[in-house]
Amino acid sequence: MKEISLNILDIAQNSVKAGATLVEIKINEDDNTLAFEITDNGCGMTEEFLARVTDPFTTTRKTRSIGLGLPLLKMEAEMTGGSFSISSKSDAEYADHGTTVKATFLKDSIDYIPLGDIVGTVCILIQGAESIDFSFEHKINENTVSLKTSDMREMLGDDVPLSSAEVIAWVREYLTDCYAA
Amino acid sequence: MKTLAELSAIRDRMKNKVAIREGENGTRIVVGMATCGIAAGARPVLNALVEEVDKAGLTGEVTVSQTGCIGMCRLEPIVEVIKPDEEKVTYVKMTADKAREVIEKHIKGGKPVVEYTIGNN
Repeated sequence: MKEISLNILDIAQNSVKAGATLVEIKINEDDNTLAFEITDNGCGMTEEFLARVTDPFTTTRKTRSIGLGLPLLKMEAEMTGGSFSISSKSDAEYADHGTTVKATFLKDSIDYIPLGDIVGTVCILIQGAESIDFSFEHKINENTVSLKTSDMREMLGDDVPLSSAEVIAWVREYLTDCYAA
Repeated sequence: MKTLAELSAIRDRMKNKVAIREGENGTRIVVGMATCGIAAGARPVLNALVEEVDKAGLTGEVTVSQTGCIGMCRLEPIVEVIKPDEEKVTYVKMTADKAREVIEKHIKGGKPVVEYTIGNN
């Protein structure tokens, strides 16, 4: 991936497919590191599946037996000297099921890839998953940019889908303004 | 500075449009958004499509949606256009600029952009 925000999009799509109703994306950034964490309340994974989930030959896909999303992220984080972890509870065994993926990148590394267009990532996530609530929070040193779809729904009511082009245009402008401020 | 409160203005503006959408069988645009699509550049393509649909005021008639891996990773980003009563058109190796052209010529103009379709790539 050329940007960390593309990894975030890719990993958050797993949460969507896992049937989550709430997906939290947190990015913590200072001068030296960028860490992100994606937590969902989806179906989760069994211990057995979790143990081999960063193997590229593990996937839930049925068209062919390769899945590159998590292995790519793990490699990209570790190449910078950072870290990667994943924890999960499957819905077959736990009431509080779901998955958390964490990755930390060291910015000084020559292998550090930029965060990139995170606003574009948030737009696509909100656009693509009407029934899911996203909570986005990006801390950059002392500043925080955040957006919750639950707050948006409160303003929009039941009449207007979050995925409407007008609403996505608002998300883009709102977040762009927040980052500029 | 944009505020959350502006969403209630959007709500008022859109009430009528939504009612129209529910009653009709419009055009669907589908973008592949699995790891392969994302790595190949599907994010700017999808965002360009959503933006153009908004700018053209087509929210009622055209829906843009996402799907997983279509199975032709080397041809990503892939965009499918499904118009009612017409054969599906599959565009491959898309970019944001090509996506804007497809909205202009195919969605608005009714003529598929043949050079970007799967048969020509």
